[in-house]
Amino acid sequence: MSLAWLLRRLLLMVYTVVIVSVLVFAITQALPADAAQTLLGENASPEALAAVRTRLGLDDPVWLQFAHWVTRAATGNFGVSMRTGLPVAPEMLTALSRSLLLAASALVVTLVIAVPLGIFAALRQGRAADTMTSIIAYLGVSLPEFVTATALALLLTDILPWLPATGYVSPLEDSGLALRHLALPILTVSVILIAHVMRMMRSETLDVLQSDYVRAARLKGLPERTVLVRHVMRNALLPVITIVALDVGYLLGGIIVIEEIFAIPGIGRALMIAITTRDLPSIQAGAMIMAVTYAITNTLADVVYALLDRRIRYD
Amino acid sequence: MTELLGRMIRKPQGAIGIVLLVVLGAICLLGPWLAPYGPEKMDFLGRFRAPGWQNLFGADQFGRDVLSRLLSGARATVPMALTATLAGSAMGAVIGVASAYLGGKTDELIMRTNDAVMAIPGLLMALLLVSTLGNGAGNAVVAIAIAFAPGMARVTRSVALAVRNQDFVKAAVARGEGAAQIILREMLPNVMGPIVIEATIRVSFAVMLFATLSFLGLGAQPPASEWGLMVADARQYMHRAPWILIAPSAAIALSAIAFNLVGDALRDALNPRDDR
Repeated sequence: MSLAWLLRRLLLMVYTVVIVSVLVFAITQALPADAAQTLLGENASPEALAAVRTRLGLDDPVWLQFAHWVTRAATGNFGVSMRTGLPVAPEMLTALSRSLLLAASALVVTLVIAVPLGIFAALRQGRAADTMTSIIAYLGVSLPEFVTATALALLLTDILPWLPATGYVSPLEDSGLALRHLALPILTVSVILIAHVMRMMRSETLDVLQSDYVRAARLKGLPERTVLVRHVMRNALLPVITIVALDVGYLLGGIIVIEEIFAIPGIGRALMIAITTRDLPSIQAGAMIMAVTYAITNTLADVVYALLDRRIRYD
Repeated sequence: MTELLGRMIRKPQGAIGIVLLVVLGAICLLGPWLAPYGPEKMDFLGRFRAPGWQNLFGADQFGRDVLSRLLSGARATVPMALTATLAGSAMGAVIGVASAYLGGKTDELIMRTNDAVMAIPGLLMALLLVSTLGNGAGNAVVAIAIAFAPGMARVTRSVALAVRNQDFVKAAVARGEGAAQIILREMLPNVMGPIVIEATIRVSFAVMLFATLSFLGLGAQPPASEWGLMVADARQYMHRAPWILIAPSAAIALSAIAFNLVGDALRDALNPRDDR
């Protein structure tokens, strides 16, 4: 990995964030809601409305409003919520931390299950076990999250009735209860992700199994275990990193649905509430925070990939 | 055409996909006539009736026949997803071909911007757009189309780059044809294959995305029997009457799987690795 490549990659990330901010601002500008009207209510006098518009800078030209908004947003100031009157950014970041906790736990569960399962399916290629896992994985990819999530909620609350179906408790308050609340959502997200990761792991393992170095390792007389762990798994895992990073982006979208279904006050749910109540600053903050998180994880994945795979030379 | 179809049904996956798709098409066309009851006909004595002879898939919280709602709801779901995919693919294809034709710095700028737009998760993009345009099925279609365009643009550009260097395009440039003429008449028809494959697979995403938007209350509005909306309505009764939930979920899943299977079969049939 050359320094020039790293710089270029970082520049691309910055450009992404710039484009996203332009888009988010443009989209929310076009929202049919009048911020001053929302703040003061239906019966506000024209003078009061005009005063608030001037205070909020709503009469400024659009580019100036954008410049103000971007400079404030860059310092983490997204204004105050029109619904609660509280600063938006801290609220959104707290919500994000809950979503990230859910996403990260689900990712760990996914990797622990999907990687061995994918290798197993590849080793049993063409047999019943492989066909079964392939069909399940295909179903997992073809079902929208809300269907999987509702089906699992239906099944799991019947099988595991002691688990609370909805709600959220902070792990800082009561970690045991928090885990019980998070169990179903984590399981749901994991089931969805396992399908993706397992499919990828299976096809990568199949590729690696046919490579010359695996044949060489076997001919050398290495025990099968060593071949699988040292040669096959290490090489097959590389592309999976990219898939996992893409899944984080998918997670950020999918998590909106999961959080709605399990009533978790994460960033997805916060954004949904903001959209349904037309709370402009919250929409902007939520969308920006989600998109930036995605941009960062994507960049990190590319960098980690480049670091791990010395064969790749990016110019 | 017949030969293509023959290649597609060679594998069982392709055959299953095509059969599913034909059934789905028939339901979209004939759904309301096939339905045993009206989709909004209520029967208060038959509330939450379990699946049986009277209601094959059971009845919902208003005693409406779930099967009838499913059959009439097909046209509220599948054509919407198709329209969104078509519009998004068309937009993306034109952007992709134009970018490849223009080349150099312009191409670089367009594609980097395209990458940046792609970095917004699809559902988030669609949510933002719907929040601007307002709730409703039509707006959800527009939002999905716009969310799809960048991905299609990228696929198209990679194919169009190869076409750009072929003699017939160079000849058109030499003849002094305009850029729009070259992009639309010379290049676009020659990149259609990969676009069609990609678009078919994307219909399944569109079905899911559209149903998800309706599920979240931003797409189709009640009392429509759109499938995502049916799932959303059924959720609160899921322990009492799971069939209200299972039927539309299965319908969404089967449609998504149908387009996925056909897309995969189409890709295999159009890119024969061994027999050419």
